[in-house]
Amino acid sequence: MFPIKLTGAQIFFKVLEEEKVEVIFGYPGGAVLDIYDELCRHENIRHVLVRHEQSAVHAADGYARASGKVGVCLVTSGPGATNTVTGIATAYMDSIPIVVFTGQVPTRLVGSDAFQEVDIVGITRSCTKHNYLVTDVNDLARIVKEAFYIARTGRPGPVLVDIPKDVQQATARYEPIKEIKLKSYKPVYKPNVKQLQRAISLIKKSKRPLILSGGGVVHARAHEELREFAEKIKSPVTSTLMGLGSFPPDSPLWLGMVGMHGTYAANMATGECDLLIGIGVRFDDRVTGKVDTFAPNAKIIHIDIDPTSIQKNVPVTVPVVGDCKITLSMLNKMLNEDGIDEKELEQIRKDWLFQIEEWKKSKPLKYEQKEGEIKPQYVIETLYELTKGDAIIATEVGQNQMWAAQFYKFHRPGQLLTSGGLGCMGYGFPAAIGAKVACPEKTVVDIAGDGSIQMNIQELATAIQNNIHVKVIILNNSYLGMVRQWQELFYERRYACTYLSYAPDFVKLADAYGAVGLRVEKPEEVRPVLEKALSIPNVVFVDVRIPPEENVYPMVPAGSPITEMILV
Amino acid sequence: MAKERNEKEQKHIFSLLVENQPGVLARIAGLFSARGYNIESLCVAPTVDPEISRVSLVTTGDEFILEQIKKQLNKLINVVKVYDYTQIPYVQRDLALVKVRAKPEHRAEILRIVDIFRSRVVDVSPDYYTVEITGDEDKIEAFLKLLRPMGIKEIARTGPVALARELV
Repeated sequence: MFPIKLTGAQIFFKVLEEEKVEVIFGYPGGAVLDIYDELCRHENIRHVLVRHEQSAVHAADGYARASGKVGVCLVTSGPGATNTVTGIATAYMDSIPIVVFTGQVPTRLVGSDAFQEVDIVGITRSCTKHNYLVTDVNDLARIVKEAFYIARTGRPGPVLVDIPKDVQQATARYEPIKEIKLKSYKPVYKPNVKQLQRAISLIKKSKRPLILSGGGVVHARAHEELREFAEKIKSPVTSTLMGLGSFPPDSPLWLGMVGMHGTYAANMATGECDLLIGIGVRFDDRVTGKVDTFAPNAKIIHIDIDPTSIQKNVPVTVPVVGDCKITLSMLNKMLNEDGIDEKELEQIRKDWLFQIEEWKKSKPLKYEQKEGEIKPQYVIETLYELTKGDAIIATEVGQNQMWAAQFYKFHRPGQLLTSGGLGCMGYGFPAAIGAKVACPEKTVVDIAGDGSIQMNIQELATAIQNNIHVKVIILNNSYLGMVRQWQELFYERRYACTYLSYAPDFVKLADAYGAVGLRVEKPEEVRPVLEKALSIPNVVFVDVRIPPEENVYPMVPAGSPITEMILV
Repeated sequence: MAKERNEKEQKHIFSLLVENQPGVLARIAGLFSARGYNIESLCVAPTVDPEISRVSLVTTGDEFILEQIKKQLNKLINVVKVYDYTQIPYVQRDLALVKVRAKPEHRAEILRIVDIFRSRVVDVSPDYYTVEITGDEDKIEAFLKLLRPMGIKEIARTGPVALARELV
């Protein structure tokens, strides 16, 4: 076919269709009008109109986490673009594949401080995997194609493409891009076999191994391979917050989450293990605690797709650069061919597994149930039962996030959506909206606090207008709970500016938006009200009044070794 | 790991091949400032391939920081290749233009120094000589030391540019 001339806006959608984009989260404005005008002619692409551009990015991010596909977001120039920055940084820290398209003033005005002009490429340079300013319509198809490619390959991440208005209007001959040629970008997927052999020899010798699984296993959907690997080498498994869902929570080898609010067993095991196998992790400070005392007795095998993660925070004995799924299946294959002596392995690991079991039994996750008080942990346990462990859970940030991570058990990758790296309040609600768009058949619940829900509460309108029936459980303690907890424990209870003495009536507020608001004030109401909330075919806000001074335990004070925990 | 840090700070020269596109230098400079790495000097110019530029970059850090710098540079999409010139033989040159006061009684001495250092006078005005010198850092420092008593008015220096002696 002879290539025909198309406008930039038309070319934009041609590439989106090639990339099989189903949904765009966005907000129109002057500098993207041409793309929006063209959008009307593409009924196969759903547009979800949000109420704030930050939410468009979070929703695209939630969509990407839940579906494993690239999330797409479209906003205008200037304030539309700057509003995306928090969302982009969130996706960047958690390695989420999204592409953010921003309108820009016409090229002849770029640099003139024109109306609604900002240098968004300059602003986002340090929080995107890569970004582009398109200055010629002839480059548009290639750049959009590259953006998707870069976002989803290697260590995934957000990519921003800034498209000036005149580029959207200009015409060019269009031919589908068949091949992406990037001189310098060639992610390594297949690990070095020699390193794997070294890893296996350490694994065989180890008396006290521990697997630490992270977001990389979730992103690579390597959960099956991980389970096989752990069972084969008879090693207990813990995970980071981002790694929840990568290992079956009902396995006897599962220890729960590690880190600042990790389980006693997981943190103790990290302190005592003689071999730590980090898979798709980056040894963040919330995981390691005081880094000098982290896993003091252990040799470390570190598997990650991003070479910069390796040797960044902790010294590593065996570095392995590769995709988690490919690396684990290669390890499994090598172990099979090697023929490991299971009996012998069981013998070597016997004391260790016994010790682990002791830790698990002696200090499990727990909370004190007091008469008449609604414990947030109980709310989440009840939610787990009622949803049969199958719901997609989004969280905000703070206590709500940690209770959700501790007391909901995650069975599959993409089931927990949480801002792990950036710790971004206001993330959960729009992310839940994005996830519900990706998985309409699943129950999607945002576990929120009364502080963070108010950071993007305007998205109630988005959920109602687009019939996206997510449920929001507000664990309402009238405080910025996690900050208050730090003040209680480390600042002698001086609750500076963390008391939210005024909050809207969330039930009435939901009602005003056309959603359903429910309130829980007594422990015995928890179950029936949650049941009702889950059964109503609408957006539901559940305002749960929890004790104001309930804390998240275990807790490792920042900068302490992770084996030194404050327990309940 | 933190314990080992800062013990062995070493000066280091990286040579990068980068795509000759707007914003590439900003990405490199931004990486250094955001992660708290030090740039001692930086030189950029196109190579024989006009689409590719070479960046010669001098930085300091211990071996862990230098390893991170190398990996982080490699991670930038527009950076095609990162050469680390520490372990391989390489040649390195600085160029300096030095404007030195040329009082009549000093002129002969200046020209003698210029001659000894195999540099040359590229501009003469009633009061000043402008001298061009190339060489490694030590040579240029020695040269400047000798000229200083005559009165150096201005200096423009490139910072080192470097190439490996063999093709790597």
